[in-house]
Amino acid sequence: MIPSAFDYYAPKTVAEAVALLQQYGEEAKVLAGGQSLLPLLKLRLATPRVVVDLGRIPDLAYIRQDGNEVAIGAMTRHETVEQSEVVRRHCRLLAATAATIGDVQVRNRGTIGGSLAHADPAGDFPAAVLAAEARLKVVGPGGERWIAAEDFFVDVMTTALDAGEILTEIRVPVDSAHTRSAYEKVRQKASGFALCGVAVRLQLDENRRCQGVAVGVTGVGAKAYRARAVEEVLRGEALTETVVVAAAEKAAQGVEPSEDAQASAAYRAHLARVCTRRALRRALAEG
Amino acid sequence: MKKTIHVTINGREYEHEIEPRLLLVHYLREVVGLTGTHIGCETGLCGACTVMLDGRAVKSCLVLAVQADGGEVRTIEGLAEGGQLHPVQEGFWVKHGVQCGYCTPGMIMVACDLLERRKAPTVEEIRRALDGNVCRCTGYQHIIEAIQYAAGKLKASSADERGTSSGAPEA
Ligand SMILES: Cc1cc2nc3c(=O)[nH]c(=O)nc-3n(C[C@H](O)[C@H](O)[C@H](O)COP(=O)(O)OP(=O)(O)OC[C@H]3O[C@@H](n4cnc5c(N)ncnc54)[C@H](O)[C@@H]3O)c2cc1C
Ligand code: FES
Ligand code: FES
Repeated sequence: MIPSAFDYYAPKTVAEAVALLQQYGEEAKVLAGGQSLLPLLKLRLATPRVVVDLGRIPDLAYIRQDGNEVAIGAMTRHETVEQSEVVRRHCRLLAATAATIGDVQVRNRGTIGGSLAHADPAGDFPAAVLAAEARLKVVGPGGERWIAAEDFFVDVMTTALDAGEILTEIRVPVDSAHTRSAYEKVRQKASGFALCGVAVRLQLDENRRCQGVAVGVTGVGAKAYRARAVEEVLRGEALTETVVVAAAEKAAQGVEPSEDAQASAAYRAHLARVCTRRALRRALAEG
Repeated sequence: MKKTIHVTINGREYEHEIEPRLLLVHYLREVVGLTGTHIGCETGLCGACTVMLDGRAVKSCLVLAVQADGGEVRTIEGLAEGGQLHPVQEGFWVKHGVQCGYCTPGMIMVACDLLERRKAPTVEEIRRALDGNVCRCTGYQHIIEAIQYAAGKLKASSADERGTSSGAPEA
């Protein structure tokens, strides 16, 4: 399995990368960790004439707290997100999610930006950034703009990124003392991708009443989605087991679950409900 | 378009002119001639091609050789020193972690990745580290024991270096 021939560019700045994308248009493809792109190149499902490697841009891999947000550079590896003290302390959900991705070799190479830009319907980070209510910074020929995570995922492997745009940063609001979160996943046996993955992030008041909630679901439909129907049941309620079970029932509401060799549509919908229930219980058991 | 790359492999520097589409695993095997790194699936699922790139285990069938330009690669050939097996290799030998041997180089490299970060990994941590490596022969148990052996051996030798060894290595 050998990719078709391409020219390779390794720009040193985002501006150079954007210029290359503009110059080569449809013929160019961005390379980040390569853990999704290389399989596509080898199968020749992608045959770009030009590959623009972001791996040599020094200031795209970082994690720092900035006020009430954590900023993560797009080229930050899954393993770094998993191990980062800043992420563990301030947005635990992302560290917990990163830990479930693939295997250590994939986590050592794959990047959070690549994972989001690729928008694999079974990718893990999409669910986490939805539940974390992250915002994503993209840079293109017209300058930079911010996209809310919820507006980012459009369809199977399709995002709100315009041609020539590069995702450069992910910003996540920091956890407070009242934040509870969990990621619950059923893995595909061979790859580790999510047959279904549910990320929940709750804000509780002193009486453990739900003041804020966001639920992200991946693996079930064509794209990762916010489970709004689940959130509506939870918001404002004291989170008893009865409320949790009732909310989780709505995890696949309004979604058309995918059907393939891995799982039937009915099974995916079932997993969405089960994973939502488990994720809520785990988040509540946190503290 | 060809690219000239400079890569340090097992401590030795190499310079080659290659096509950008060349995979790191093909570069190592066919250009450099280091065939200890195996190709199993070529799809990124079996882990047989695992090497260390800049100190971390990667699947060399999922990396382009141009991505390793300026970097440091360690393969199975780079572990033994002066004819002396590396503790992980010794563990696979002593604990029968090898049957056909096809998965072994990848298993050993991923074990090195683990042991460089975790001096005394739990069985759970070892199992998790092996998640991306398939073995069709051993049933994994002997591989886990091999890695535990290596952890004990590495611990004993680092104690030796500090001059605080209490004698026999821990099992
Ligand atoms: C064996 C195996 C198991 C895996 N298991 C899982 C799993 O369990 N869960 C999971 O979520 N993922 C899994 N993955 C995928 C992995 O997480 C990838 O790292 C990730 O999907 C893509 O990130 P990357 O950095 O490798 O991107 P690449 O493969 O380099 O790029 C992917 C796509 O995104 C585009 N792109 C990349 N970065 C940017 C950017 N900054 N701006 C704009 N476009 C960009 C590229 O052009 C390309 O189209 C697995 C992969 C393998 C090989
Ligand atoms: S040959 Fe690379 S993972 Fe199987
Ligand atoms: S020893 Fe044969 S595949 Fe592992």
